[in-house]
Amino acid sequence: MISTESLSKRFPRVTALDRLSVDIGPGVTGLVGANGAGKSTLIKILLGLSPATEGRADVLGLDVATEGAAIRERVGYMPEHDCLPPDVSATEFVVHMARMSGLPPTAARERTADTLRHVGLYEERYRPIGGYSTGMKQRVKLAQALVHDPQLVFLDEPTNGLDPVGRDDMLGLIRRVHTDFGISVLVTSHLLGELERTCDHVVVIDGGKLLRSSSTTDFTQTTTTLAVEVTDTDEHPDGTRALRDALHARGVTTDAGGGLPGAGHTLLLTAEGEETYDLVRDLVADLGLGLVRMEQRRHHIAEVFRPDQTQQREGTDRRHQGTDSERKEAVHHGG
Amino acid sequence: MAVEQPLAGAGEQTRIHNIGYRTYDGPRLGRAYARRSLFSQSLRGAYGLGRSAKSKVLPMLLFGVMCAPAAIMVAVTVATKLKDLPMDYTRYAIVMQAVIGLYIASQGPQSVSRDLRFKTVPLYFSRPIERGDYVLAKYGAMASAMFVLTAAPLLVLYIGALLAKLDFSDQTEGFLQGLVSVALLSLLFAGIGLVISAVTPRRGFGIAAVIAVLTISYGAVSTLQAIAHMQGSDGAVGWLGLFSPITLIDGVQTAFLGATSSFPGGEGPSTGAGVVYLLVVLGLIAGSYGILMRRYRKVGL
Repeated sequence: MISTESLSKRFPRVTALDRLSVDIGPGVTGLVGANGAGKSTLIKILLGLSPATEGRADVLGLDVATEGAAIRERVGYMPEHDCLPPDVSATEFVVHMARMSGLPPTAARERTADTLRHVGLYEERYRPIGGYSTGMKQRVKLAQALVHDPQLVFLDEPTNGLDPVGRDDMLGLIRRVHTDFGISVLVTSHLLGELERTCDHVVVIDGGKLLRSSSTTDFTQTTTTLAVEVTDTDEHPDGTRALRDALHARGVTTDAGGGLPGAGHTLLLTAEGEETYDLVRDLVADLGLGLVRMEQRRHHIAEVFRPDQTQQREGTDRRHQGTDSERKEAVHHGG
Repeated sequence: MAVEQPLAGAGEQTRIHNIGYRTYDGPRLGRAYARRSLFSQSLRGAYGLGRSAKSKVLPMLLFGVMCAPAAIMVAVTVATKLKDLPMDYTRYAIVMQAVIGLYIASQGPQSVSRDLRFKTVPLYFSRPIERGDYVLAKYGAMASAMFVLTAAPLLVLYIGALLAKLDFSDQTEGFLQGLVSVALLSLLFAGIGLVISAVTPRRGFGIAAVIAVLTISYGAVSTLQAIAHMQGSDGAVGWLGLFSPITLIDGVQTAFLGATSSFPGGEGPSTGAGVVYLLVVLGLIAGSYGILMRRYRKVGL
């Protein structure tokens, strides 16, 4: 779908992309990097809107330097920032954008109705966009990127500003864009955790350089961190401690979750696979505790890759620290 | 063929089928079509069509105000059997300049500031349409909207004049000269209005800035012209007219389109000076276009 060859983009003071060579196939691909890693610059170049300083790139087999217009006819783009006028309805706006993509008036209206329905906007699509929630606005932005039935869409930080439920909805929708609509997706995020569940393939860039490009199964094996919270009972006045001791007895290291609100009541542990979940479940049941929650923690890309790169290369401890990026807490190594 | 039972009852007729995602295999009409669509959408938008009822009020009101005097003049001409229209075709826009100024001040920012303010521009440029297409469509639409505003009253006058059985060839000539004049005026005002609006994403600032540029330049030029005229330096009167949009149009039409000048003393620029006027007008139009192109190079994505 996309291939770049030692693609570089230099601005007078910054090098946004540094000899990036990557091949991206069909399916859902995550493009992960911290802010300023060069994600948006890459998308701009791939849309044929900004010339590369050196190197070349192909999108759908078309050269970005010379066939930008043909590329833009076949791809969709959802920007990171707000881009919706508040005083028109979603329907009017998306119809207009469909026509800007070259769809005849009748087709533009039909495709708009279809697409808005697929992204989950129903009666509210006739109301002005100004009154929409963030989640609904994100859906409209997605709809305008899909309305002309592109072969490939670029989604720039589609989960930005969404609450956890909205985030999951959006990720599910992105998954469907590929499985149900047959459209390949390149989605950017600075959160690796949310992409590893949605994408078939993840490309990590940092400072304009390719850090890693691999299928997501590689990631999930090593990076899943579980957060477990249990209740206290009469038998075990401190249920968390009881569970921790039991886990230690089985050779599983845990982490108390440092400066978290409610620290000491949450256990963080690395899930090695299915058996870890079963083990936690069984231990909790044996102790007679109530399981309040057991959830996967999201990783912040900067924390996952920068400190652990060296560790992985040396083949040492491959355990990762789980952090919830929203809380930005520092978690110390347990065990 | 799978035939379902006909008229099997209301319940079965109102089934909802989830037809899933449908791909689009129809035509994709490309850049030229997108440019035309943007042009017509912007032109309609300049009169509030396809927008909320509230946004129709001002442009429609100004359109009415613009045409009303023409209608009254026609009524007077027909009723009192005048030999000529009370006002030249070319003079009409000069007299009504306040309305024209208000119109461009209100609709110019509406046309371009919205896209900048709400950052819709990147959505256009991620499609086949390019910077040049966008600027051309927006400029064309604004100039056309201005032309509709300024040419409609001339049409009213012309039809009225024919109804009053005034001299056909005289009237046609005057009408055509008027049309050329307002076409130039539309291009010039649309260019100035859009450039000012495109600089500021805030609509309010845009409106105020357009009004300020138009009225202050006209106020300053006409004051200086009056002073120059009183001091007897009529040569200066002619050249001063180069510094405000409406006096530029006045100068051009005086020199080439048989209009009587509204400068103090009624002495417009000569044909030689008229060439300079025309060059300045064309230069400003081209300059506006150039500035708009530059402006949109920066707001790409």
